[in-house]
This record gives sequence, C-alpha cells and structure tokens, in this order.
Amino acid sequence: MKSGFFGDFGGAFIPEILHETFQRLTRAYEEARADPEFWNTYLRLMENYSGRPTPLTFAENLSHRYRRKIYIKREDLNQTGAHKANNVMGQGLLMKRMGKRRVIAETGAGQHGMATATMAARMGFDCVIYMGAEDVERQRSNVFWMERLGAQVIPVTSGSRTLKDAVNEALRDWVGSMDDTHYLLGTACGAHPFPEMVSWFQSIIGSEAKAQILAAEGRLPSHVYACVGGGSNAMGIFQGFLDHPEVTLVGVEAGGAGLESGRHAARLASGAGSVGVAQGYKTFFLQNADGQMLDTHSVAAGLDYVGISPILAHLHATGRVRFEAATDREVVNALQELMRAEGLIAALESSHAVAQALKELPTLPEEAVVIINLSGRGDKDIFTIADALDDPGWRRFIRKKAASYPPIEE
Amino acid sequence: MSRSLPLEPFIRQRLALRAARGDAPILLMSHLVLGYPSLDENRRVIDAMAAAQVELMELQIPFSEPIADGPVIAQANQIALDRGFRVAQGLAFAAECAQRHPEVAFLIMTYGNILIAHGVERFIRRAAELGARGLIIPDWPPQEADLPMDLCRQQEGLDWIQLFTPTSTDARLNEIGQWGRGFCYCVARKGVTGSRTDFDGELSRFLARCRRATGVPLAVGFGVRSPEDIRSLTGQAEIAVVGTAALEIHLREGAEAVGRFFESLRPTT
Ligand SMILES: Cc1ncc(COP(=O)(O)O)c(C=O)c1O
Repeated sequence: MKSGFFGDFGGAFIPEILHETFQRLTRAYEEARADPEFWNTYLRLMENYSGRPTPLTFAENLSHRYRRKIYIKREDLNQTGAHKANNVMGQGLLMKRMGKRRVIAETGAGQHGMATATMAARMGFDCVIYMGAEDVERQRSNVFWMERLGAQVIPVTSGSRTLKDAVNEALRDWVGSMDDTHYLLGTACGAHPFPEMVSWFQSIIGSEAKAQILAAEGRLPSHVYACVGGGSNAMGIFQGFLDHPEVTLVGVEAGGAGLESGRHAARLASGAGSVGVAQGYKTFFLQNADGQMLDTHSVAAGLDYVGISPILAHLHATGRVRFEAATDREVVNALQELMRAEGLIAALESSHAVAQALKELPTLPEEAVVIINLSGRGDKDIFTIADALDDPGWRRFIRKKAASYPPIEE
Repeated sequence: MSRSLPLEPFIRQRLALRAARGDAPILLMSHLVLGYPSLDENRRVIDAMAAAQVELMELQIPFSEPIADGPVIAQANQIALDRGFRVAQGLAFAAECAQRHPEVAFLIMTYGNILIAHGVERFIRRAAELGARGLIIPDWPPQEADLPMDLCRQQEGLDWIQLFTPTSTDARLNEIGQWGRGFCYCVARKGVTGSRTDFDGELSRFLARCRRATGVPLAVGFGVRSPEDIRSLTGQAEIAVVGTAALEIHLREGAEAVGRFFESLRPTT
C-alpha cells in the first residue's frame, strides 16, 4: 500500500478527506505516463507554445575567462520565462484528460501563479490563485499579470500570510471542489504523486540537455549545476544524468545572509535541516526542536521554502547529488557577471546555480565541461533585482513615478 | 468511572448512565487549541465545560502547518505559536487537566511532525502516562501509521483514533474501520473544520456507511453548533464534536459562556 517513497522520504501524509482525490490523481497520472501518445502530445505542445527544445548555449566569454567549457541550459526562454511552464502545461494536459475545468494553485512570489494563469488562459480553464497577503503586497507586478490573464488572485490572511498558508488554503479549496478542480502544485514537493509527476514533466530539460551536450561535445558533462527551491528544475535537468555516476550533480540552495547567520533556506547544505513530515510529505525541513517550521530567508523568493523534494532528499542520502549553498551577495555578483559576460539576465533563483559554478570552476580539472541550468530569466523581476542591486537610478524613477499618482484614499 | 477505563468502555458506560437517567444517548466532545488565547484561558474554559458535564475533550497541540484545519483553527494555531507556545508546556498542561478532571476523557489532537520531533515512541509513552485516552493525528493516514498504531496498542488505555470522511469509498471505510479503536471520528462535511454542515439525508447515509464499517462508537464533528444538530445526530452517533462554534463563543463572550453553551446543547428529551 505504501507508494511514492524514495528511500525514507516522500509518501502521502494527507488528511483522509483528500485520500480519494489523491488516489484518482495518481491513477490518472499513471495512465497518462503509460500512454506514449500523451508524452508525444506534450512534446508537440511545448515545441509549439514554449519554444522547446530550449538551446544549450555555449558561454563563450565565461568559458574563456575560466578556461573550462561552460554551457547554459536556457529554461529562461520558455513561455513566461521559466521552467515552470514545463510543469503547468503538462498538468494542464492531464487536467484535460481527467475532464477538469477549474485549476487552483498556490504561489509565493507569483511565478508559478503566473505560469498557471497562462496555461489556464490557453486551455480555457477557470483559474484561482492563492497567494499570501504579504506576497500580494510585495509582488504587485505578478498579481497584475495574473489578474489580466483572467485568474482570480485570493490573498491569504491566515497563519504567517505567506506561501505555506497559500498551500494550506489551496488544499482547503480542493477538499470541497475536487469533482471539477485540479490542484496544480508548482514544484517537486508535496504528497505523492506530485514529486514524481512534476519531476516527470520537468525531465524534458534533462533529456534535451543530454542530447545537446553529446551533439556539441561528443561526451557527457563533468558537472551539472541547478538551483534548488522545491527542487523541480534541479530534478528536471539531473534526470538526464542520474544514470551516469561520472557526472557530478550539484544542487544549490539559498544561503541567504550566510549559513552561520541562520537566515537562509539551505535545508541540506547547512546541516541544519532535520527529517519531518509537513505539507503532505516526509523530507528535510528547517524546523525547531518542537517540530515547528522556521522562517526562511533568501533574496530569491522562489528558493525561500522550508521543505525540499523528497526525491532530492533521497539523492542526498545516497550521495548521488551534492548540495551547496550560495549567499545573497554571491548570487547578486554572479547575476551581474553573467549579464556582463554573456548578455544573459538570469533570475535570482537561477543565479544561485551560476554563483556556485563560478565558485567551483577555478578548482575543476581543465577538461571539465559544465552545464548550468538557467531555470528562469530575471528581466521580468525588475523590481526585485533593481532592489537587490541597490540601483539608485531605479529608486529615483520609482519615487517620481509614485509622486505622479494621486494619493491613495484609505 | 475510573480514570484508567479505556475509551470504548468509558463511552459505553457514559451512554448507559445517560440512558438510565432518561437522557438522550449522546455524548459531547469539545475541541480547543492549547495556548489560544492562552493556557490560563484554556484552563478556565475546560473547568466550565467539565462543570457542564462535557464527557470528552480534544486538546490540540498547535502546529505551524495545520493542513486539516479550517481558517479559524489554523489562525489559532499560529497565534499560539507566535505567543511562544511550546510542546512541553502543552503536555504538562494536558497532564494537569487529566488530574484535575478525572471524570473527563482527554484526547490529544496534533499533527504527525509534533510526534516525530518529540520522538514518536517517547511522545506516545508520555501521552499514555499523563492520562490521555486517545490520539487524533489527521495527517497520518493508517496505511503510513503502522509504527504509531503499534506503539499505541502497547500502551494501556491509549487509542489511535481513525477518521472517516464522506469522500471515502465503502472499501476505504472498511479498511479504516478494521483499525478502529476507542471510536471512529466521522468528518461530516466535504470540507474542513469550521464551516456550516447540513445535517440532512446525506449525513445519515454517510453515518450508516460508517456504522457498517466498524464496531466501535462513532463521533461526528466539524460544523456542529446547535441543539438541533445534536438532536438529529442522536441515535446515529455516540458522540457529537463541537469545535469552532465553542471557540467563537469563547472569544466573543468568555469562558463561562462556553459552559452555558454546552448546557444549552444537551437535547431535552
Ligand atoms: C526561475 C526559478 N527558478 C527556480 C525556482 C525554484 O523552484 P524549483 O526548485 O522547483 O525549480 C523558481 C521558483 O519560483 C523560479 O521561479
């Protein structure tokens, strides 16, 4: 009866009221997975709608600077500018197969909410996005697009008013609406089958990257770097290379203000995480001695999360994936270096992978071939990035812009 | 009415007592969140409910991710934690309650991670020692819960409570029902705690399905708030669970009002 475990991690620790819903979803997912036509439809859709396959760009200038070959997997070129598109479009197709007409999702910074709203617009579903009230305040630009795309954004005011409360609120909705509604989880976390299913849709990254590097170099990479929030983009690219032990896989977590500061979201790299059960699954969480989840911190909202994919927790336990952390400061520097050297504007999340690769490159053998997964682009996050770069011109602009509006009537 | 009487005989005995007095054969179970609004307030409300002869009380140890609770209880969890609630305090408080009110059956409700962080075996031993009669852990479904269910069976008088929901198929109800100890907790609504339930034919059909799935008594919760609700449950279930409604009255009118509220709930036969 136990399913969805990866070593000691995963499972489905859900209230009984959701049991039947998860059973039905698991069946639909397993049937779709066994049907080659489903995957073909998915590939055609991603080719036509999201520009796949995304390129594996040779980073010529950085490679010259670091004297090792550096390739960049361009998930930033997806529809809505991140790998999130792979997951939402895949689950959208699954919804059609299941005959659902309404989609709900949680979102933190708004990237997953926006990707979901895009998919819903394209596929003709009603869409409700749960978002912590704090996040709604902070991430107006994403809220703006979600609403313009036709989604209803519901600010969640319970608990700590952030992502985890949005998850809980979405689950509450689903309990009462499962007959016509699909809950679209945004990363490779949560109860079975989500970690496995999301990883499956994201595996498109790894299978492309493997074929591309073989075509370009005639051999596998020596190292692959990916940032790790919930773990979906990392699982996506790592799956192309898991069976090749000679490829070093590095997951990069949010080091925030530094691991010693306690203000980070490094569940594995910090050694501060411990095994627990929350939000439906068993994994490493950042929690206190009582088992209460801690607040996490990162300059990148998408990495600011207490849990981690149970599949990655398992790959950590077996030693197949190495976990490291990059600090906010290293990340901002890496973002600028990549931008100046290659003209690529990476998301702050993705810049964690860049930062760790740049740290390690000087120590790697000269014949190293490195792939960095660029999970998303940064230009759409101009408000966050301009703040992270502490750009004086931007601040002046915002002040002037604000002054040009009439005062808010409370 | 000894303190060590296990849950099911305790329930049967109390029902028999009520029947002998000519009262409606249904028991009341209350629910409260420890540390919300404060342990002192919890103590006051527990005293008032004990005086109103509430037979069973569910003490919830707050958790930061209460996925099975509605917004009202979820908020209460968060506020208790923000005010510094610690699990050790909660367990000490539960022990105090069990001593102070030996006529009440106390159950501990919380989430799996609280047990895991404490050490599952240590937590279960402690719960049994302090006199709790049952554990209600809504995010730990039976197929994943071999270990804690075994540990409970090894303790005298501590039952792992199973949950039934209207979304469970008959096959699933039977599967869960076979693990039933003490009583089975029937979640009366396609939803979570705190929303209004229609005690209509659908509920009766659900309870009949539950009855067929287990031999232990049934408790019905999530949404009970009026004497009419209790009256319509009488005969269909052994225990009516009152949670959010009592919390709302507590916050609005204070601890003593909760005692009066429970007295008003008792059906006059
Ligand atoms: C661009 C980008 N990369 C990475 C992440 C982290 O998620 P995951 O670890 O599931 O890839 C996010 C999450 O919002 C994101 O937007």
